[in-house]
Amino acid sequence: MSIVWTDTVKEIAGIKLHFTRGGSGPAVLVLHHDIGTVERLPFYDALAERFDVLIPHHPGWGRSERPQWLRHPRDIAAIYAWLLSDLNEPCVSLVGLGFGGWIAAEMASLAPAGYRNLVLVGAAGIKPPDGNIADQAIVSYIDYPRSGFHDEAAFTRVYGDVSTDQLEAWDIAREMSFRTAWKPYMYSQTLPHLLGGIRAPALVIWSDDDRIVPLSAGQAYARALHDATFTTIPDCGHFAEMEKPDAVAKLVTDFLSCG
Amino acid sequence: MHMMYFTEQPMSAYDAKAGLDYGATALTFSNSHFNPVEGSRLYNEYLEEYILAEECGADGIMLNEHHNAPFCMQARTNMFAAILAAVTRRVKIVILGNPLPLSENPVQLAEELAMIDMISKGRLVSGFVRGGGQEQLANGVNPAFNRERFMEAHDLVQKTWTEPGPFRWEGTHYQQRVVNPWAVPLQKPYPRVWIPGVLSKETVIWTAQQRYPYIALNTSLEATRAIHETYDKAAADAGYTAGPENFGYLIRVHVQDTEEKALANARQFMWMQGEFTGLAHPVWANPSGYFSPSGRRGFVEFAVGRATNPRGNPTFEQQVADTMIIAGTPDQVIARLKYLVEHTRPGIMGIWANDGTVSKQDRRRCIQLLCGEVMPAIKEFGAGLELNDPWEADAPVHLRYSTDIPGRRVAAE
Repeated sequence: MSIVWTDTVKEIAGIKLHFTRGGSGPAVLVLHHDIGTVERLPFYDALAERFDVLIPHHPGWGRSERPQWLRHPRDIAAIYAWLLSDLNEPCVSLVGLGFGGWIAAEMASLAPAGYRNLVLVGAAGIKPPDGNIADQAIVSYIDYPRSGFHDEAAFTRVYGDVSTDQLEAWDIAREMSFRTAWKPYMYSQTLPHLLGGIRAPALVIWSDDDRIVPLSAGQAYARALHDATFTTIPDCGHFAEMEKPDAVAKLVTDFLSCG
Repeated sequence: MHMMYFTEQPMSAYDAKAGLDYGATALTFSNSHFNPVEGSRLYNEYLEEYILAEECGADGIMLNEHHNAPFCMQARTNMFAAILAAVTRRVKIVILGNPLPLSENPVQLAEELAMIDMISKGRLVSGFVRGGGQEQLANGVNPAFNRERFMEAHDLVQKTWTEPGPFRWEGTHYQQRVVNPWAVPLQKPYPRVWIPGVLSKETVIWTAQQRYPYIALNTSLEATRAIHETYDKAAADAGYTAGPENFGYLIRVHVQDTEEKALANARQFMWMQGEFTGLAHPVWANPSGYFSPSGRRGFVEFAVGRATNPRGNPTFEQQVADTMIIAGTPDQVIARLKYLVEHTRPGIMGIWANDGTVSKQDRRRCIQLLCGEVMPAIKEFGAGLELNDPWEADAPVHLRYSTDIPGRRVAAE
């Protein structure tokens, strides 16, 4: 089935926010990684077969305008809550990928009964009890995304030879990561204390070879959330939805369908 | 003309091969290669050499700071400035400069500088810099807000120096509820501020808007001309005409009694094989958000190895041919410097004289010839070209103290 995707721009918090929407069914907000997102992914198509999928570009990333005042993923969470309110979508499910998982967790913690389901895939946002979140500031634009794949062939399948446009997009994404998550790097010291209130059933997915956000962070998320299921994906890196799109889509679809 | 002696204070007593094997001599190159016994020796030798430079006739001692790298041992420029304030008598202590964005408390920085100014009896020149990308990473400071922090910290320091406290500062990056330090500068309205730089056009324009001198750090003749043009235009827009007192130039020069020895030692300017800050990953030198968005596309290609360094990476011979490095006997050096001075017309000149593993004996001989013979000759030549420094030109410390701009109210000192 071919999915029709529609691009929309909405004025939120003084900036033009870009999002893509496709598919039909219960609404699912998908929040992308710190490295931004390519326009289309097999994972998005797979979800759209069963759900009404909304994929915004984070403010300042991709095609969304930069709010100069933006300082924290919690600000992005508030922007998305505003967007969902404007779209009259009162009870969506959240699927957060990596850095987007942090934003999803912030959204859910701010509105404990406001979301149907929460899915975190390799989510940043809390300090790993064991290990550290990899510091992209000291590695090159290509080495950082590549380190998020278990199998380099999967990186090549998604990014090919890496265009200069892509490099520029990664530089802008990195700048936005610095503007919103510099210190402490990629986690909040308060979020772990606020996760317990979340009433939405949660699925926490972690790759067994996540070299960007250690597995221990996933286990900590699962412990802190009220109603969470923890599962791992074998032979997979941090960017799981790009490396193993079918496996991640099946886990997410099964979970959201019975939730 | 104001002539200063400068050295990066190289931590030359480390295993250079270890750096080359590791592939970097900055940021993450382990400090296990630092030997504090050698560090102690070198710090004290460099201090003695500053004193020698004063004795031999230098007008100023130029200081700087860097972090996590063997090319520069000064981790806190105010430390050496404070020592020199006490142990020298005549030279200007020229800090080029304090990296403002690294400061979490610019009021304390203003206090420290005021103390140095008082202890030195008014000999401080307080330059400010943004600090290189690696300095941000080495200090955990967000590179994406580097320029904003630079400008706000400057404004806070300036206000701390010029307005009686207590006052409150509620800025974007700094919030101080009681600003009222008791240490204030001896020099009024405040110590001269000079801004050194290499590449950034935005910094040149900002500097001209403040009417601060801009010190071009060993830029090519062509780049130096472009800096002058940018500065001149911004100065004209601000209502004044820029002169030599608004420009400085730092050049690498090594002098010895023989040309052969001078050239051999001058090769040490290339001692870490990379750019002057040594071998480093491009994303350390220019972390995202640090540099101008206009250079983004070219930079990302360079950073992944698809394009050559926009700054180039010329050989020693090429740099000598292009007057980026000057080496020789005093007469030879004077001739090249006259050519350079004629073409760049600075009122302020920094001479970066010793780098790498030059022996103590040769460093001292270089200082004697440089400060005793070369500097007087260039100052005399500069006087003939009316290359006045900011004191000779009686230039205002800041635009707001200008008396030559029609219709502009002069700030009280």
